[in-house]
Amino acid sequence: MPDQGAHRMFGYYIDLALRSFRRNKVLTALMVLAIGLGIGASMTTLTVMHLLSGNPLPERSGRLFYPQLDPKPPEQHELPGQLTYIDAMNLWQARRADRQAIMVGSSVKVKAAETGAKPMGLHTLATTADFFPMFGVSFIHGGPWTAADDTGKARVAVLSRSAYERLFHGRDGMGQPIRLGSWDFRVVGVIEDWRPAPHFYDLDRESYGPGDDVFIPFLTSRDLAELGITGYSLDCYGNTTDDVHLENQPCLWLKFWVEMDSPAKVRAYRRFLDNYSHEQQAQGRFTYAGAPRAALPGMMQWLDQNGVVPADVRLKAWIAFGFLLVCLMNTTGLLLAKFLQRGAEISVRRALGASRRQVFFQCLVEAAMVGVAGGVLGLALALAGLWGIRQTPADYADLAHLDVSMFATTFVLSIAASFIAGLLPAWRACRILPAIQLKTL
Amino acid sequence: MQTRLILAALRKHRLATLLITMEIALACAVLCNACFMIVHRLQLTRVNSGVDESALAVLQVRGFDPAQPGDLNARMVSGLRAIPGMQSVSVVNTVPFGVPSGNTGVMLDSAGKQFGGVVGLYTDGPGSFEALGLKLVAGRAPQAEDFRPMATFAPHDSQVLVSRTLAEHLWPGQSPLGKEFWSGDLHFRVIGVVANMARPGAGEGGVGTIEWSVFVPTLPGHNLAGTYLLRADPKELPRVLRDAKAAVVKIAPDVVLDHQVSHSISDLRERYFRNDRAMAGMLVGVIAALLGVTALGIVGLASFWVQQRRRQIGVRRALGATRGDILRYFQTENFLIVSGGIALGMLLAFALNLALMTHYELPRLPFYYLPIGALLLWGLGQLAVLGPALRAAAVPPVVATRSV
Repeated sequence: MPDQGAHRMFGYYIDLALRSFRRNKVLTALMVLAIGLGIGASMTTLTVMHLLSGNPLPERSGRLFYPQLDPKPPEQHELPGQLTYIDAMNLWQARRADRQAIMVGSSVKVKAAETGAKPMGLHTLATTADFFPMFGVSFIHGGPWTAADDTGKARVAVLSRSAYERLFHGRDGMGQPIRLGSWDFRVVGVIEDWRPAPHFYDLDRESYGPGDDVFIPFLTSRDLAELGITGYSLDCYGNTTDDVHLENQPCLWLKFWVEMDSPAKVRAYRRFLDNYSHEQQAQGRFTYAGAPRAALPGMMQWLDQNGVVPADVRLKAWIAFGFLLVCLMNTTGLLLAKFLQRGAEISVRRALGASRRQVFFQCLVEAAMVGVAGGVLGLALALAGLWGIRQTPADYADLAHLDVSMFATTFVLSIAASFIAGLLPAWRACRILPAIQLKTL
Repeated sequence: MQTRLILAALRKHRLATLLITMEIALACAVLCNACFMIVHRLQLTRVNSGVDESALAVLQVRGFDPAQPGDLNARMVSGLRAIPGMQSVSVVNTVPFGVPSGNTGVMLDSAGKQFGGVVGLYTDGPGSFEALGLKLVAGRAPQAEDFRPMATFAPHDSQVLVSRTLAEHLWPGQSPLGKEFWSGDLHFRVIGVVANMARPGAGEGGVGTIEWSVFVPTLPGHNLAGTYLLRADPKELPRVLRDAKAAVVKIAPDVVLDHQVSHSISDLRERYFRNDRAMAGMLVGVIAALLGVTALGIVGLASFWVQQRRRQIGVRRALGATRGDILRYFQTENFLIVSGGIALGMLLAFALNLALMTHYELPRLPFYYLPIGALLLWGLGQLAVLGPALRAAAVPPVVATRSV
């Protein structure tokens, strides 16, 4: 008998499935519960993983790179993740990339300029002017400082919106002074609060915590070294004589990002890094012999190398998937029981002319419907699970929300899972020999 | 005899049997490893810090030049001492479970060839050794002349105390008293050993290194300022800490109090292990859900089988089998299937454990987890199949005579 229009058959299968659900409420409920639990657990952990391992700057990450150099004999396989002052300044002044920025952060005591103002500790980043256009940071007042401000060690600052409001309480603070440590800085710009997740440009701070509040020129921070902006992970590999003025100390403490928009430029920059290492080895500053040790990972590669996603988060995702697998097997068993129980009904359909393929599809449609119901339950459980995660004190806790793509993934995953669970039982059901079943009717 | 019959009968339901076996195997693997992870995590949280946690709190202020703290220490110590209930105030660099600071690699020889490990340094001022309540097991406590000023992160030449664990690691089997070690051109000489002394956090080298710490008596001043150890009676400590935080504004109005790290040490400990406890809690939930889902699966499939075999059960009853025989048949059948699952599950459990060892720093699964997991799953299976088996036993013999 020819296929009677796929739509009508599909509607008929759904009708059959609903009838069978009504007849066997307990079994159906067990299946939906099993899939719902598995999907709920998996989607909670998957959403957190998706949030933590996402791309913080999707439009730009392909153009951003992180040069790495090693000035000392290698003690581990990996290259160090920071640069010395001399290397960072050399690379910055060479200007071989489209844009380049040095950056280092610390917590600095900041207060409004009037007397009697309360001091507060704010995350401060000492960087160079290219930082803002390179990362696409948007300004709500004013703009970044100029290159002349960089080299002139001007005492200017850019604030985040929340820092601006805390310091000026709604008044106009553009061009006004604020006090960092013991010095006055003039406010030249205010940016929208920027909290990239992960905090890719400085991984030594908590990876998903609040963004930086104050930005000042890097050379100014060296001029006023008592501000103490020496980074969150100072790594000195030799004998140090001064831990405030780090310009000539054997310490790795600076981060350096470059932007280049073509692969040819990236290759050229890589060669430049090798040549630079060679030169420094010849001068005796780099104290190892042999091939130059340098690397130029792209932004996502750099994040991968550093394993920003906490191990516990990944472990929880795997556990949830293991649980989903057990739930799937459970559902397969229950679907098998369900289909085989209806051996008589299937045989009647076969006797009336349904082909094996049609019986197969009917069973699959039924499995998919269990998947839809399980997806709804799983969505509710995932929302509850994410609420639970928002109550934990982790630094990424308040980011845990279900976004549109994860919402869609819930249903795709649940229908796909029940589909796979239903394949084996459907195949077994369509192979029922109608004659034997019909005889015992 | 019954076993062979049961196995022969199961051959007709290969698919369903295989499903239950695989499910039990997977459940066994996840169960054993999850239980082990729970025990492992909870064991981590029981590390002995070596200090009187309930009586101690730390207060940290920022926003001053660490190279020239001036009279900040003097003002803070005298101001905080005046708070009623305060037993002692001393200057420290950090406390157990506090901000990690002062980690350094040490060498066992002055030429710098023999690497000892990366240890945590406590550069603490006078009064802190007694306030912490560290227990001396060898040598002597630091005296007044041992406290020397430091220029970078430790005094140039110091007489120090080490923890027992670190002493065992650096000089196994020998008495550590009088031994020396170096970090760059800083020199340390051991004058005493304490029973336990935990660092702010475990360092490189894994969780076993949490007790690799050195107590370096240091004179407060350059580079040692801003962090204060408060000691009070455990019942008064919350109030004393609150008063201390309020007093900072009056004593030193120009500094910023770091609220995130200024807590009692028991609070810091609780936060430090919060992640481990949450993980253990999640694993308990997963185990419960897993057992529940597996049980439900067994109930569902067993009910289906009972229904399918009503005729055969009726025939057996008509031929003289008692209700108990039928019950025992189904329970033995379940036992055999679960045993097959457990056998496979043991292998899976070890494979899973190997994967966890490589990627997540879990130690090797001890053997005794497997029999425990096996017993749990056997019990679960028997309990789950009880309902359907009782229903099977209730099938009357007259079913054999009916054709419907």
